[in-house]
Amino acid sequence: MGTLSLRNVRKSFGNVDVIKGVDLDVEDGEFIIFVGPSGCGKSTLLRMIAGLEDTSSGTIEIDGAVVNAKPPNERGIAMVFQTYALYPHLTVRGNMSLGLKQAGRPKSVIEERVAVAARMLSLEEYLERRPAELSGGQRQRVAIGRAVVRQPKLFLFDEPLSNLDAALRVNTRLEIAALHRQLGSTMVYVTHDQVEAMTLADRIVVLNAGVIEQVGSPMELYNDPANKFVAGFIGSPQMNFVDAGLVGIKDAETAGLRPEHITLASSGGRLGGEISHIEHLGGETNIYVNCADAGLVGVRMFGEHAFEVGSRHELVIDDSRIFRFDAEGKRIRLSK
Amino acid sequence: MSTARHSAGRSIAAHAILITYTVIALFPVFVIVINSFKARKAIFRSPLELPNSETFSLVGYETALKQGDFLLYFQNSLIVTVVSLTLVLLFGAMAAFALSEYRFRGNSLMGLYLALGIMIPIRLGTVAILQLMVATGLVNTLTALILVYTAQGLPLAIFILSEFMRNISDDLKNAGRIDGLSEYRIFARLVLPLVRPAMATVAVFTMIPIWNDLWFPLILAPAEQTKTITLGSQVFIGQFVTNWNAVLAALSLAILPVLVLYLIFSRQLIRGITAGAVK
Ligand SMILES: Nc1ncnc2c1ncn2[C@@H]1O[C@H](COP(=O)(O)OP(=O)(O)OP(=O)(O)O)[C@@H](O)[C@H]1O
Ligand SMILES: [Mg+2]
Repeated sequence: MGTLSLRNVRKSFGNVDVIKGVDLDVEDGEFIIFVGPSGCGKSTLLRMIAGLEDTSSGTIEIDGAVVNAKPPNERGIAMVFQTYALYPHLTVRGNMSLGLKQAGRPKSVIEERVAVAARMLSLEEYLERRPAELSGGQRQRVAIGRAVVRQPKLFLFDEPLSNLDAALRVNTRLEIAALHRQLGSTMVYVTHDQVEAMTLADRIVVLNAGVIEQVGSPMELYNDPANKFVAGFIGSPQMNFVDAGLVGIKDAETAGLRPEHITLASSGGRLGGEISHIEHLGGETNIYVNCADAGLVGVRMFGEHAFEVGSRHELVIDDSRIFRFDAEGKRIRLSK
Repeated sequence: MSTARHSAGRSIAAHAILITYTVIALFPVFVIVINSFKARKAIFRSPLELPNSETFSLVGYETALKQGDFLLYFQNSLIVTVVSLTLVLLFGAMAAFALSEYRFRGNSLMGLYLALGIMIPIRLGTVAILQLMVATGLVNTLTALILVYTAQGLPLAIFILSEFMRNISDDLKNAGRIDGLSEYRIFARLVLPLVRPAMATVAVFTMIPIWNDLWFPLILAPAEQTKTITLGSQVFIGQFVTNWNAVLAALSLAILPVLVLYLIFSRQLIRGITAGAVK
């Protein structure tokens, strides 16, 4: 139970195509994350899976059954929203139990499930409070609890953490990871936060302008990106793209250099320039070097390093880790 | 220190302006009410004096309540106002929900069309309305008035409510859909409570013109058994003699129900305002 398949799914608003043919198979129990730039259609795709937005063409299957024509409450899904979307007039208990009540479940079952979910999310003290009397983090836990009590085949999350402050975001992220381990349910999660994507996902789906650019585990995307877009999207600071000729590569258009694969030296590098900016993060140091032809190149070094802004350095590049891209931005893989 | 004094000065000025306005606005009402308790001669001799033991008289109220069927007029006004108000709020909110929530062809055109009535006074169509009422046999019925007032109130109601409903988070409604609430339940249980302050505003702005209207009762329902209170009070104003006692008494009585309705809605209004402030 809990599989999801999208077959050539499309969506247009009027004559604007937002989702342009998406195929995806999600296995039972997988944690799938959609990432992509703002406006690429992540939320739209998620809402189509939920049944909140109808599908212009293509089929959506949940658990082997085509659900295109089914309303959201009959799809066996639960959704957590960025803005929590709790019912303001109901208590925490009321919020969590409304869905089951609507489905006509017996009172004892509802009580039992609310109690279990409340314990899991440490919400027991707050069951009789209204959403207005809770903090942001507590509200989001209630929203997650509301999803948990439905015991759905598929959990859908639309940027659930982006309204929380940084510390709370880390905590809630850990809670969601724990929840996934504990329940073992299939989860589809939308975010534009790379760290969330890399840390939570079994597989990441990179979307761009309504099409899937690549699907793979976090490390596959990092080590083996299919194209320039994915290479630039995964990894922080961003991969540097320079003219392939500048680093001595003839059979490609563009070379991709990850900041962490470059080191600074006084001589012997293919590129060189003046340091224009340094970011000290304690554990790592990000240095931006202004190279004449190649433009601004980011370098990421681990540990603390003292460099002067304005001083000249050469960039030593690990040749074996240069990514090659052709004129269309597609990756050229070296045959091993 | 200086800011504290400054704000004290400002609040005194604000209060002074508001009190002046209140006095000016309430003065005519006050004069009507005190004079309704005076004998005819006293009304003219010293119109601004409070009634005293010499001038006090209930003759106006006696005439008003005896003459014509004052209680019936009262009842007619109340029925017309309350029913029209209910219909305006119900249909206005439902139309506003449809306009703000669903994407369909011609949505914004429909919104524009429905709001057009704000700019075009319904009285321009009086002749056509009268013909329509004659044709349907609704002349001299309260139904005629209710229909006209509902039409008159809807444009503003739809305009204000759909603006408010557009601001309600989509996520909340979607959460309801995932929990299996019907569209009607989403409308009634999630959306309506959140636009309550707007509903109260619309109610006040709809109710007062209906209660005070003289035009349509005079044209569509002048018969004795369908007269409204504003029309009924006119019987005391004659071409040659006007029974001022009775007119003033009738007007004083006519203030009461609308005052009660206003108090009910204004409490909602204030609750809405403070709820927003505390959040
Ligand atoms: N109801 C709508 N009508 C018309 N266009 C829409 C509608 N909803 C979304 N869009 C368009 O579809 C595109 C994708 O929107 P979507 O909300 O899915 O983006 P997203 O990837 O979730 O972005 P973000 O990261 O900013 O949330 C956007 O260009 C948006 O303008
Ligand atoms: Mg989104």
